[in-house]
Amino acid sequence: MANMKWKSFNGIPLLVTLIWIVAFAASLHFLDKSVLAFLGILSSIVLVYYTNTSKAIKMVIGAAVLLIIIPLVAGDNRYYMEVASQVGIYVAMALGLNIVVGFAGLLDLGYVAFFAAGAYAYAIFSTSQANEFIAGNLFPLSGEWFWPFLIVGLIVAAVFGVLLGLPVLRVKGDYLAIVTLGFGEIIRIIFNNLDKPINITNGPQGITPIPSPELFGIKMGTPFYFYFIVLFVIAFIVLANIRFEHSRLGRAWIAVREDELAAQSMGISLLNTKLAAFATGASFAGVVGVIFAAKQTFIDPTSFTLMESIGILVMVILGGSGSIPGVVLGAAFVTILQVQLLKEFSNFLHSLQQSGIINLPNQLDPSKFQRLVFGIMLILVALYRPNGLIPAKRKKNDLDAIKASKFGQAKLGILSKISQISSGKQS
Amino acid sequence: MLLNILPQVLVDGLTLGFMYAVVALGYTMVYGILEFINFAHGEIFMVGAFVGTEVLLITDALGALKGMNPFVALFITLVVAMALTGGLGVLIERVAYRPLRGAPRLVPLISAIGVSFLLQDLVRFTEALARNEFYLNTPTLFTSSISLGGVATIPAKGLVVIVLAIVMMVALTLFVNKTKWGIAMRAVAQDRSTASLMTINVDKVIMLTFLIGSSLGGATGVLFAQNYGTIDPYIGFILGLKAFTAAVLGGIGNLRGAMVGGVLLGLLESLSGAYMGPLTNGAFGAEYKDVFAFSILILVLLFKPEGLFGEAVKEKV
Repeated sequence: MANMKWKSFNGIPLLVTLIWIVAFAASLHFLDKSVLAFLGILSSIVLVYYTNTSKAIKMVIGAAVLLIIIPLVAGDNRYYMEVASQVGIYVAMALGLNIVVGFAGLLDLGYVAFFAAGAYAYAIFSTSQANEFIAGNLFPLSGEWFWPFLIVGLIVAAVFGVLLGLPVLRVKGDYLAIVTLGFGEIIRIIFNNLDKPINITNGPQGITPIPSPELFGIKMGTPFYFYFIVLFVIAFIVLANIRFEHSRLGRAWIAVREDELAAQSMGISLLNTKLAAFATGASFAGVVGVIFAAKQTFIDPTSFTLMESIGILVMVILGGSGSIPGVVLGAAFVTILQVQLLKEFSNFLHSLQQSGIINLPNQLDPSKFQRLVFGIMLILVALYRPNGLIPAKRKKNDLDAIKASKFGQAKLGILSKISQISSGKQS
Repeated sequence: MLLNILPQVLVDGLTLGFMYAVVALGYTMVYGILEFINFAHGEIFMVGAFVGTEVLLITDALGALKGMNPFVALFITLVVAMALTGGLGVLIERVAYRPLRGAPRLVPLISAIGVSFLLQDLVRFTEALARNEFYLNTPTLFTSSISLGGVATIPAKGLVVIVLAIVMMVALTLFVNKTKWGIAMRAVAQDRSTASLMTINVDKVIMLTFLIGSSLGGATGVLFAQNYGTIDPYIGFILGLKAFTAAVLGGIGNLRGAMVGGVLLGLLESLSGAYMGPLTNGAFGAEYKDVFAFSILILVLLFKPEGLFGEAVKEKV
């Protein structure tokens, strides 16, 4: 029944989407600091995705919302742009992990290690930290170096990905999950303790101040600029995701995910395919790590815990692993839940507490509910939507149509030979 | 100089190792039967530690703990903790794992990670509500210690850990090898569908596995709290991971392997914690001992994935 209804649903009419966008943009512009209106604008992207029009129009509206409307109505508000760029960072990371988990089916619980590699690469060389082990007082580098370091971060993380992948890929399934988890922890412990014998990462104190990016002498230190940088990177990663999905390599990934043995017997090199997945996913995380370091201007090992890895995994699986729009939605949803909804809720409870309506111990602050919420979400998704909110679409061949087509009539392979032989005997 | 502390390091390592060994049994039992890593097992251990601590704190608050024989107190604590964690294990299996039995292998793993996060926050929550803090100090039952010829001292609590761990392991081995239910468990581990044809109730056997594994984990939690004094809701995850390492080291699905793996890992960790600093002139200290444990995990999985006692499984085509 439900399925029938779903099929008759052809998407939201274009007009509704446009009214939604205009209404929330206007209310965000006129109302002062309305979080609801801001969420409305962000969620209009989902509406655009489900709108009943052609792909091109959807793209145009989506781009207009992201590039013009959001910066225009929320751009002067530091907080909104901060949230938006934060969402963007996680979307980019989740898209990177999507290649490893969604396409190639390799459950990676240490993904944040690559993110850390990128972040530390930029942090170490853009501050005076590098002087600790490189002679000649060459550092800190200026913010202009941010741009080349996007590539450096990519390469460093990809190298990390290959290094991790080479030994680890001999194991599979849940063993792989455990091994990557262990590897992530090892990396974190090493970053946490590499302040001796040579001070490379400055240990638990972390590294600061990491310079903001500069372009033609303009200092791009505010969330407003990061929003655009992140959007640019996301566009790049989405494009890469799409191109990979339909490439020879992408199809090999999916084949490996579905059945390793079958893929291997069809001539796919397991090692190369898996390594490529690891390296690609890792390199995207490295790029995002560089942006993250520049945005925070401070990094320390606590930003790269197992919790982060799991958070990104939750995003991918909640949204629908292997499905690009699903992953974007999942990442946006989880990040907003974390940075905004839970915080708003705890602010609300605080205000109730101050007015004396309820009495809540400090430990019950909902902004600390993160694990609980993650836990419940993971269980519910596993039980009820194991394919995620927007499951990956699969190209399906209609067998009946093939059988009914004119090519279906002719006998193929051995059968055709048999019929030939038998017809030859008759004549 | 370095050799002077060796006996003490070995004693500490043994205590830790037996703790790993008992927790590893839970992983191995579930893996042997369902071929799935019960990620939440470490959290069940943590719940056991909290239940035990709460029982002791409450009896203490009632004034009953002072005059009580420490063994009686420990016995009561263990019974309560084992009953509760055993029930919790069965409940988790029923709610989060059983509906997923036919699903692809990653799905129950994700559900298990979810359960483990849920338990961490639930415990943090309840403790924050009840006691306004979630780092608890356990009342120590055994304070005396035995000197071993002046080279090492075994604290009585450590001895209790070792003895009880051995008792639990022997009891479990006897149960699995001698009783009807144990034979049923082994049959289900061999082949679920054939076992069900032999009138074995597979669901019940799996429930029993979770009951026993979880209650052993919970009991170890109590022992952990006794031995280390302070607990928090996050102790389960890392310890669980190491216990899993122990299970893998010995050959997962193999009870004897889990025990040997646990003891080995405990000894290795203790040795590396004590000697890494002095041997490398302070360049790499005890903070790298976890790196050691995880490196062992990775190396074993790479070079001998079947573990020390397991048999290599040929892939069926």
